[in-house]
Amino acid sequence: MGSGTNIGRVRGLGSAQEGAHHWVMQRVTAVGNLLLVLWLVFSLIRLPNFEHELMIEWLSSPLVAVPMMLMLVSIFWHLRIGLQVLIEDYVPDHGVRFGLILLLNFFAIGGAALGIFSVAKIAFTGVVA
Amino acid sequence: MAGASGSESNRPLSPHLQVYKWGPHMLVSILHRATGDGMALVGVPLLVWWLYAISAGPESYEYFLSWFNWGYLGYIVLVGMSFAFFEHMYSGLRHFVLDAGAGYELQTNKMWSIAVPLAAIITTGAMWLYIASKNIL
Repeated sequence: MGSGTNIGRVRGLGSAQEGAHHWVMQRVTAVGNLLLVLWLVFSLIRLPNFEHELMIEWLSSPLVAVPMMLMLVSIFWHLRIGLQVLIEDYVPDHGVRFGLILLLNFFAIGGAALGIFSVAKIAFTGVVA
Repeated sequence: MAGASGSESNRPLSPHLQVYKWGPHMLVSILHRATGDGMALVGVPLLVWWLYAISAGPESYEYFLSWFNWGYLGYIVLVGMSFAFFEHMYSGLRHFVLDAGAGYELQTNKMWSIAVPLAAIITTGAMWLYIASKNIL
């Protein structure tokens, strides 16, 4: 390991062997988002109204609650990778970058948990009729 | 990478944005990032708040809806987010084609770079015309 040129400083360190993982998962979750968000869009615009009672009834169905939860997982996974690339591209300071990626992980996991718990609560307790 | 250590500060840098003439491929590229990050930072928090508000009860849901009653401002957010989704979706489909190694010929690349935002505008317009015709919002 040399200390002069860029290539000298990394030569011999080897590959981390996981360089393609984020790239692949970005595409896997992209397909998930494509199917699930289109499902959400078509479902929403076909609803007769957006009254609270109807929302509860709608989200109580397993055929709505389950894709909604899967969509939250897919979306938050996808945005976590995407925002990490944004941070890595535009934040040069290593400390700030580390802190922002930490915050991003809290946002992604916390947001997904809140969304999934909300849907579960509606699905398990919300039956009005 | 550049600037990681002081030693390379005098090394030549590759040309940056200012030396290139803007083309449609650059527009879809930056729009992909802007719409994706816009949805991640605005649309998705709204989506989770919407689900939380429904689960928390009618008053909470009313309060959520009241945030969209600022005249046209609520519509601007919703139309903006739906455009962001369709733009990101068509642009993402373009990326799948590029990932496969296809679509790099100059004319083909330019054609699809123009088609993506046009398709996004048309789809967004069609969706909102449908919503307006049903009078649900």
